[in-house]
Amino acid sequence: MNVGALEAFGLVVRRELCLSFRRPDQLLQPLVFFLIVTTLFPLGLSLQLSLLRDMAPGVLWVAALLSSLLSLDALFKSDADDGTLEQLALSGQGLTLIVVAKTFAHWLVTGAALVLVSPIVGTALGIPGSAFATMMLSLGLGTLTLSWLGAIGAGLTVGLRRGNVLLSLIVLPLAMPLLIFGAGATDRAISGVSATGALYFLAALCVFTCTLAPFAATVALRITLE
Amino acid sequence: MNATADGLSVEKVHVWRGDRHVLKGVSLNLGPRQLLHVSGPNGTGKTTLLRVVCGLLRPEQGLVSWLGTSIASVRTEYQATLAYASHEPALKADLTALENLRFAVGLKRRVTVDELRSCLERTGVAVCADLPARVLSAGQRRRVAMARVLAMNASLWLLDEPFTNLDGAGADLMSGLLQSHVEQGGAALVVAHHDLKIDVDMRRLDLGP
Repeated sequence: MNVGALEAFGLVVRRELCLSFRRPDQLLQPLVFFLIVTTLFPLGLSLQLSLLRDMAPGVLWVAALLSSLLSLDALFKSDADDGTLEQLALSGQGLTLIVVAKTFAHWLVTGAALVLVSPIVGTALGIPGSAFATMMLSLGLGTLTLSWLGAIGAGLTVGLRRGNVLLSLIVLPLAMPLLIFGAGATDRAISGVSATGALYFLAALCVFTCTLAPFAATVALRITLE
Repeated sequence: MNATADGLSVEKVHVWRGDRHVLKGVSLNLGPRQLLHVSGPNGTGKTTLLRVVCGLLRPEQGLVSWLGTSIASVRTEYQATLAYASHEPALKADLTALENLRFAVGLKRRVTVDELRSCLERTGVAVCADLPARVLSAGQRRRVAMARVLAMNASLWLLDEPFTNLDGAGADLMSGLLQSHVEQGGAALVVAHHDLKIDVDMRRLDLGP
């Protein structure tokens, strides 16, 4: 009769995806932001492909970080506002499982979607096709790590009315290593050098946050639920 | 007789919210086939007491136990056995009534769509099953929230102002549901302002100033 953890995980992910697709505006907002910001850079710079190519990894990564941050605020807030977060917390499934499922679903509709459109942006910024695989892999690892970091920040700020500014202040400093190694990996791939070292470091950060951030986010959320 | 072994017991619970001493040593016992009516003026900590009882809020002092064990040590298992209805209906506006029930109840127990539909029918909102919660009236939302409590099959009901927004027929229905829950061996803790007309073993806890 009882519901297993895996089943509950699937149910919460389905719930989140269902909610996201009912509000396409919120789904598309970060993606459109990502596309627009990266298109603005070439317009503001001189028309030298070599200069653009040098700047591309940084531009790509800063835009990815900022657009992921846009939607993080809503991760727990909408559920906290309408009272469904309490129902989830009392579901008898353990809050950590709920946090993991919600964060994973959030990554699917923001981070994973961003990875999928990144080749378009890459082409616009003059990144060669040979570097796309590394770029997408590094973005995938980076956005997943950022979602976990963001879950801690969102858990801490869910009770505040203007929490999104504080959320950026909490999350962005923690995201610096991501920017350094993510942009580094993309840069190396563009110049045709092996990016394995940077990718390993990103993967290590991803594993680190995947294993510890859910517990930190749960504690943060429990404090704000009180 | 130890009344704590077969139900809920709250012993001398103190809660401060900032500087305010909200709950000043509240104690209560609630066993199966019993209903406890918590009343009191606004701001006397009725909702706070309910949040303490369901384990969302940890009291600064005192003990809440279920079946003789402190709920702090069996929180998840304990929460699986209770159904809590807060004073807001807690429905996602973008999901239909049925989806709301499926995602909330589905975490507690395996449940079929037919079962959920019959619960919505019992609370008189079967016609709203496939409408998004945003188009429902406040009373209809309350009934959907009540259907969620029914569908959870929980032995302990914790209801915060369940009669708000309900019309006369809705209030009678609500009383009837509470009565049959308690008669079938369940326990219920109900926060309400007015007198309850339910023919069961009912006690009253007044959280006066």
